[in-house]
Formats: sequence, structure tokens, C-alpha cells
Amino acid sequence: MSHPSPLAVSRRVVLAGSAASVGLSAVPIGGASQNVEAPPLTMPPTMPVSMEVNGKPVSLTLDTRTTLLDALRDHLKLTGTKKGCDHGQCGACTVLVDGVRINSCLTLAVMHEGDKVTTIEGLGTPSDLHPMQAAFIKHDGYQCGYCTPGQICSAVAVLEEIKAGVPSHVQADITHAAKATNMEMRERMSGNICRCGAYSNIAEAMAEVAGTAS
Amino acid sequence: MRAFTYERARSPLAAAAAVAGKRGARFIAGGTNLLDLMKLEIETPTHLVDVQDIGLDRIEPTDGGGLRIGTLVTNTALAADPRVRRDYGVLTRAIVAGASGQLRNKATVGGNLLQRTRCPYFYDTNQACNKRKPGSGCAAIGGVNRLLGVIGTSDACIATNPGDMAVALRLLDASVETVDGQGKTRTMPIAEFHRLPGDTPHVETALQPGELITAVTLPRPLGGRHLYHKVRDRASYAFAIVSVAAVIQPDGSGRAAFGGVAPRPWRVEAAEAAMRDGAAAVAAQVFAGARPTHENAFKVPLAERTLAGVMAEARAENRA
Repeated sequence: MSHPSPLAVSRRVVLAGSAASVGLSAVPIGGASQNVEAPPLTMPPTMPVSMEVNGKPVSLTLDTRTTLLDALRDHLKLTGTKKGCDHGQCGACTVLVDGVRINSCLTLAVMHEGDKVTTIEGLGTPSDLHPMQAAFIKHDGYQCGYCTPGQICSAVAVLEEIKAGVPSHVQADITHAAKATNMEMRERMSGNICRCGAYSNIAEAMAEVAGTAS
Repeated sequence: MRAFTYERARSPLAAAAAVAGKRGARFIAGGTNLLDLMKLEIETPTHLVDVQDIGLDRIEPTDGGGLRIGTLVTNTALAADPRVRRDYGVLTRAIVAGASGQLRNKATVGGNLLQRTRCPYFYDTNQACNKRKPGSGCAAIGGVNRLLGVIGTSDACIATNPGDMAVALRLLDASVETVDGQGKTRTMPIAEFHRLPGDTPHVETALQPGELITAVTLPRPLGGRHLYHKVRDRASYAFAIVSVAAVIQPDGSGRAAFGGVAPRPWRVEAAEAAMRDGAAAVAAQVFAGARPTHENAFKVPLAERTLAGVMAEARAENRA
């Protein structure tokens, strides 16, 4: 946009702010006392946020712009959750919040005060895999592995959504709960892109966990 | 993304007052569209008022025999509600035809009605776009516009409303309830909610600054067959090229609304008198005055054929 917002941070403002913060930053320079425009914010606003991540309480003070994804990766060093498109199109950032799968790139960390977040690191460990992790390995549900944490978080949640009776686009009869068929899994996983094309193996891994493997 | 301050409102009125009282302030609910656009600096709010705690997340029966859907009800929860599945199946069908499971878990009813177009020229800040930057022109007209609007458009803008849910709500004659910063409430028919672009394509809805959607209400159920057919470039997780929402009664009468073709859900009630005469008769009236581009002229016959498919499915269900 052509009109910079009052909060737009230019290099000049940051430098001015840094210099001012050395002295008394709140005193208007030049002695003008009336009708002085509020000075541009010198630092982006930050806020505290507390949540539970993989069963552990965490408290952070974050730039309000920080997405849940960046809070997990850059601040909590939980780099299992991946940044693919950063626009909700690929699903690599999928995590569970209060048991529900969402795109962590399209939500702000400060919106999750008090929430319980589960990432791939919280689903299982190398010595104690979640059944979905074990099934992905068994069925070769990945090649490069970049989308895999998001695929697995999504797959776990999809089976819960089917159990909970959430309807889908491929159901012939939406008045009844869907079964965990291959078509259902393919439709419900469409928000997770795999450019290696491991889709059929992912669906087989899910079928095994769902108990519907043929 | 531009920097912003953030607060959580505790009531609908507090939220509306907070946005009305601060220039550059915006509501945020699910955030799935707003944050996408903020990352691209297409949206540049200086203050966000988070409405997740204002308590409007329930679906309740109305005295008139319909349903009142709180603005924060997620797409997933609305589509899964047993009353919606039974009595307003076209709404469930439309919702689950849109977005992905992850997005539907966050997207809210109110936010979904306010989602912006996916016109590529709106998204590309290097391109002229009257909707994003009023007066800058429209690069879509004469550009790559296969997916854009064929009717209700203007010389200033040919973007489409990208929604699926909104098409079903338009079909069902839903109403939109709001509150403003002074606590004044109003209810408007969804037909009056989305505006056509005219010379001001940046003005997309009838909402005033600081006015908050509090609920969407559905009138009593219509009965009949509820259908939503969405034609798109891939089988899932893609915006509509053309979509048709319809409720068709056993005698062939009914209603039809169209998505993917216009700046708002497109429904011409007068054309519905011809529902029993077939898709061609209806589409001729619905798309009278269409002004497609050389790339998207196919949408007009495609919409007619999609409606024909919907009618055929309704007939088949009646025979079954």
C-alpha cells in the first residue's frame, strides 16, 4: 500500500529510536509542548503469552506478529513443525491445538493464551513412536520428509474427526457419520501437500491405524 | 507484516467499540484470511481486536423455527451440527466443499462472510487493482482472468467472491445480525450484505466501520433435496470455477444460487419460476446481462450444465 501506517518501521525510525532509547525517550525533543504528533513507535509491540506445548508450560514475550509456527520453531526450538508456504496452502505447519488440527502459520501466538499445543515432538519420540508415526515408517509414507510432521499431525486428527462424525465432501449421505475409507482419507488430507507424491502410502498408513487396511 | 498492537475483547459491544474507536483497527477471529493478507501487506491493520472470547460460538433454535448461528461458530462445527445436516444440508455440503480441514477448523461464520477475493491481481501488490488500491486500475481486465467474474462485475473490477458457505446462505435467505460501537444492533438479509463493485470495488459489504457480525440466522427449513455442486481445477482444496447451490422439491420447483461467477453469491429469484422447465430456462435469466471475458466465457454454459447436473441428481434421488 502507498500510505505507510503509523507503525511502519523504517530503518530511519529504528535508528532514531535506538538513539532516543539511550537517553530519555519519552521527552519530546525541541521543546514543543502542544499539538505534537505521537512519535512513531520505535519498537514493534510485544506481548506475553503462556501456553502448554507438548505437556509443558511455556511463557514467552513475543512481537505480536509472531505466528504460532514461528513461536514453536524460532522461540521454543521445536523445529519438527515445518514452514512450507507460510500461507496455509501446504499443511507442513499443521499442529494440534486443544486436539484440533490447524495451520500454525495462519494464527498468531498471542491468540493462544492458555491453549494446549501438540507438535510432532509431542506425539511420540524415536523410542516411543505414536502409532501413526510407526505406520508412516512401515508404509513408506514419505520420501524427503519435509511435509511429514504436518502429514502425521493431520492424519492423527483426521481419524479423530471421522470418529467424532465430522462430515466431508465425499460422503454420499451427510446425515450419517463417515467411515474411514480410502476416499475419505484422501479428501480429508487435501490440505497437506506432498511434492514427493507419497499420498497412496500415507493413505495406507492411515488405514492401518484406523483398522480399515485391506 | 506491519507491526500492530493486540487486545482481546470480552464482549461483542466491547469489541465493536474497540474497533470503532481506533483508526486502523480490525477484528480478528479465525484469522486464516486476514493473516494471509497481512503477510503480503495487502491488509495493514495497526491494531487487532481478537473476538475469540466474546461468547458467540453457539447454534441455537430461533422462535421462528430456524437456527441462529453465532459468528464464532467454526466452519467445521457448523457443517457437523446435526440440525444443519438434517434441515439445511446444502449448507453442510457447501462448507465441506471449501478450503481444507485445517482451515475449516479455524474459519468462522462471520469471518467467512468477510473473506476477500482470490483474484491474482488483488494478491500481487505489483499489479494495478482498484480493490486493493482504489483508483490504480484493474490489471485483471485484459489479463489472465479465466477464474474471474462473468456477471455483476464492473469496469473497475471483475473479481469474484470466493466463498462456498455464502452461496448456501444466500440460497437459504439467511440474515446477518450486527452490533456497532455504540451498541446499536441491526439485521440485514444476506442479499444486501455483499455489495457489487461499481466504482468502489474496495467497499465489499454493507458493514460500517467498527460494525461486528454477531450471528447469522436461518429461516425455517425448506425441505426438498439439498445439493451443492462445485466445479474446480482439482478434486479438493481449490476455489470454485463455478458452483451451484440448490434446494429442489419433489415436483421440480426450487431455488438455485451460483458461486465463482460474480462479486457476490449470485441468485436471481425471478429465474426460479423456471426451475421446472430445466436448467437452460433458469440459466438464461440468471445470466442475462453477463459480460464475460474472452478467457472465462466458458463459465456461462458451465454454470448452466452444472445446474442441469444438480437437477438430474435431484430427480435421481427422488426416484431412489
